[in-house]
Amino acid sequence: MQYFVSVIDHRTSSGTAEEAVAIDEFNDKLRTGGHWVFAGGLAAPETSTVIDGRGEAPIFTDGPFVESKEHIAGFWIIDAPDLDAALALMAEGSRACNRRVEVRPFLR
Amino acid sequence: MTETLVRAHQEQWARMVATLARRFGDLDLAEEAAAEAFATAVERWAVDGVPPNPGGWLTTTANRKAIDRIRRESKRDSLYREALMLSDVDPPEPLGAIDDDRLRLIFTCCHPALAMEARVALTLRMVGGLTVPEIARSFLVQESTMGQRITRAKAKIAAARIPYRVPSPHDLPARTTGVLAVLFLVFNEGYLATGPDTDPVRPGLTAEAIRLTRLVRTLLPEDGEVAGLLALMLLTEARRPARVAADGALVPLASQDRDAWDGALIDEGHRLVRERLASGAAPGRYQLLAAINAVHTDARDARDTSWPQVIALYDQLVRLDRSPIVALNRAVAVAEVDGPDVALASLDALGDALDGYHAFHATRAELLRRVDRRVESRAAYDRAIALAGNTAETAFLARRRDELRAT
Repeated sequence: MQYFVSVIDHRTSSGTAEEAVAIDEFNDKLRTGGHWVFAGGLAAPETSTVIDGRGEAPIFTDGPFVESKEHIAGFWIIDAPDLDAALALMAEGSRACNRRVEVRPFLR
Repeated sequence: MTETLVRAHQEQWARMVATLARRFGDLDLAEEAAAEAFATAVERWAVDGVPPNPGGWLTTTANRKAIDRIRRESKRDSLYREALMLSDVDPPEPLGAIDDDRLRLIFTCCHPALAMEARVALTLRMVGGLTVPEIARSFLVQESTMGQRITRAKAKIAAARIPYRVPSPHDLPARTTGVLAVLFLVFNEGYLATGPDTDPVRPGLTAEAIRLTRLVRTLLPEDGEVAGLLALMLLTEARRPARVAADGALVPLASQDRDAWDGALIDEGHRLVRERLASGAAPGRYQLLAAINAVHTDARDARDTSWPQVIALYDQLVRLDRSPIVALNRAVAVAEVDGPDVALASLDALGDALDGYHAFHATRAELLRRVDRRVESRAAYDRAIALAGNTAETAFLARRRDELRAT
């Protein structure tokens, strides 16, 4: 069962060197435990572009599509047998990246 | 027949839902099959009479209903379910496994990933067997709202794969605390029902909370906090007959007719508190609250209350729980030993944290009244009345305030 884990932040490019080390260690743990699927950090929300391709010609607009105080600064996709396992793992992930995270299941 | 059905429902519902949920891996299906089995019992038992083994009859019927439903709907993962059905249509239940199923059900319904109100609703429906309209009435929300709340919670359990199991020993204490919080909330909503123009007490909810806590105690007999919460509920429930006057106003502890208290509940509560004391284990929050209530219910007359003992117990509680509400309750006991001035001084530090809490202002009003600061006391009663949500409390506070005005 896969879960999408968003990292919640209210600043951009705010990661520190210590956090990067902790995240690397946590990622190694995910890989060793067979939980790793993918992860990545994201550039600031203002760098995004919204596309509406439903019409005849695609329309491009400057993002983000929703303005909010907090945004998704990065994400993990993890594999875990159930929500309890995912929550236990990502409690460590939240500590490692020093931010709140949101765990959301993929549709099965 | 009705009586047999009611008893069968009380005894069998949680067991049936729990076992069906494990067997078919689907809470929704388990709930509906159990409900259908009881609906069938209402019809069949009236015609054929009550079967010799009502529990067995209900379980077999619920299993059939579940299998019928799966066949009818032939859900997308029907292969997996078909395999389950073929392998053991009526597997023998090893003793103890049934208890584990009910524990699984309780821990799943009280999972911390669910919103508190969803945990409460789900526990009352799946474990308690209350109907959605009953739960909706108890919490003064629309039936459709309550139905959606339960449906959403079940959908999250399925979609996020909240596991159907008893937590690991490492997680068990914290998860048990979570279960007890749900049961205590149900009890309090029954005991101090909120909402204008509603009954001040909803005995259905307090009785249900006690019944569910008894069940958890059977399943987790070694847990001191479970015993503590049960004792706390029993000792509180024992005073219910004396707690609301004929005119609908709350009767405070000191003025209650102690002969109206329920002696059997008090005995049982005291027995549990003594048992926990004898265990020698460090008491948790509920055990301390139960012990405080044991001191109160030990006094045949309010004047005989051992207040120093109450303060000592609150001192222990403060070390576990730094909540300003605990400090407020301690101040009430301090007033009895050291006088209202000392108690009022200790309340000053709590004003910021508790300004929106009616009991803070009600306590201040009573203490100010005792030192004859009448204007301030009246103002505090006004604040308390504006904030109180329980009709009996509001009536009591208004009378106390008006007494001040009259004299």
